[in-house]
Amino acid sequence: MNTQNDLKPDQIICVACPKGCRLNIQQDGDQVLVTNEGCKRGVEYARREILDPRRMVATTVRISGGIHPLLPVYTAEPFPKARIMDLLALLRKTQVQSPIQEGQSILQDALGTGIAVLASRDM
Amino acid sequence: MKTVFCDVAVIGSGPGGLASAIAAKQNGAKELLLIERDREPGGILLQCIHNGFGVEIFKQDLPGPAYAQHFIREAQQAGVSMLLDTMVLEISKDKRIIASSKTNGMLAIQAKAVILAMGCRERTRAQVRLPGSRPAGVYTAGTAQRWVNVEGFMPGKKFVILGSGDIGMIMARRLTFEGAKVERVLEIMPYLSGLMRNYVQCLQDFDIPLQMQHTIKRIIGNERVEAVETVAVDDHWSEIPGSEETIECDTLLLSVGLIPENELSQQVGIQLDPLTAGPFVDNHFQTSVEGFFAAGNVVHVYDLVDWVTSAGLQAGESAARYASGKLCCDEKEIPVRHGQNVHHVIPHFLDINSLKDGEKQLQMRVTKPLEQPVKVQVLDGTELIASRTLPYARPGEMVTIGLKEKHMEQIKNATQLVVQVIEKEGSK
Repeated sequence: MNTQNDLKPDQIICVACPKGCRLNIQQDGDQVLVTNEGCKRGVEYARREILDPRRMVATTVRISGGIHPLLPVYTAEPFPKARIMDLLALLRKTQVQSPIQEGQSILQDALGTGIAVLASRDM
Repeated sequence: MKTVFCDVAVIGSGPGGLASAIAAKQNGAKELLLIERDREPGGILLQCIHNGFGVEIFKQDLPGPAYAQHFIREAQQAGVSMLLDTMVLEISKDKRIIASSKTNGMLAIQAKAVILAMGCRERTRAQVRLPGSRPAGVYTAGTAQRWVNVEGFMPGKKFVILGSGDIGMIMARRLTFEGAKVERVLEIMPYLSGLMRNYVQCLQDFDIPLQMQHTIKRIIGNERVEAVETVAVDDHWSEIPGSEETIECDTLLLSVGLIPENELSQQVGIQLDPLTAGPFVDNHFQTSVEGFFAAGNVVHVYDLVDWVTSAGLQAGESAARYASGKLCCDEKEIPVRHGQNVHHVIPHFLDINSLKDGEKQLQMRVTKPLEQPVKVQVLDGTELIASRTLPYARPGEMVTIGLKEKHMEQIKNATQLVVQVIEKEGSK
């Protein structure tokens, strides 16, 4: 891998494992044809990545009464990629009060996705 | 000065220190002190708020603070005593530690065994010799990470990041999340120095351009960084004239490598390996000075925290055995050396008899990337002892190979072991 900037528009890098195969993608509606995959996991990764890309999101919210001014939080599961910036804007306005337990819900249902936002630590 | 006595003293409460303390306690160290300079245990994991931790140990994708929390809780349950907000100033060969803290003042600790778990530090501007003026606005990526994720302030608005290390790429995403613009990431090598998933999820997702074989020629600005002049380099890091570009920015972050933090180890007279900048260790993680053990990034820089935890568990067990007189120091140990395409290998010495207790991992970093199937081989001079095939090998990812009880017979008369990572014949 010399440089990543030479990816063709119909190529994606698989991150199902650290190897980083370049997958060729052809999309036709809900059908995703994957070639050049290193293994089955690559095909699965590419389908999800093309049809419904999601990412784990980790950020901070304000906390009062804690050892630090910020509490780290994260989404309980991968969150729709297109809505990450909206989620961050919402969390930027969120304020919580110490004590908080690790794993405690900060948001139950983030932006109607059904995905919770959890505290990453006790504070 | 008050003196406290203990069986095992652990210096540093990051993942290596926490795991060592837990394992030492579980293996019979009654009096154990975990000494931490910060106000709370957990180390750098507390500022690594991104996910990706614990995939090996917990089979879960946790953020750094949650990974730390698990071991903090376990240490508390195991009855580990912690001295927080306490800085170790001095250690002597007879395992006497001098520390200072706001609440206890100066304190002496007399231990039977010491575990060094000080972790590592980031390379700074001075260590990569960046030319130009010296304005405010040049920071290491980890310093910026602490400010943004823990203390709650932004060090700038427009960033250039030098180095494609993981912390640099993760900070590129984090700063974008917080409204900053990351103009460019530059990497002097022809390959990524961090993990591929971080390239995809931190840079590609946000259209942050990464330039390989580029570096900074000059930092511009007097009071504050105003711009950086970048330049392309060839395979020998020589600048290519005419390729200069000026990028306006107010902050330059450096993600240019980590160095094990061994000032205390040097005070004790522990021998350091110039290749790792960490102590020479055997597979018990004992250093060249008897009764001193070392765990985690203080030994060599790991790619995954899970391996730091495993190393800590091993060091903790060994230290507890040493403190109770059960770790023999006259066992036959043979040197393990780095061969072709291996930068360094840990441990430096193998206690052959310990293979009876289970498989021992040799951990290494390769010198150059091999993007085709490779063989990881252990030889005793000429004979092949163990071999393993991997689909590829890259400097950014640690490579391991295990030695088992079945290898004992073969290597019992060996004078040394050599480890190499070579192209698998016939593959391309």
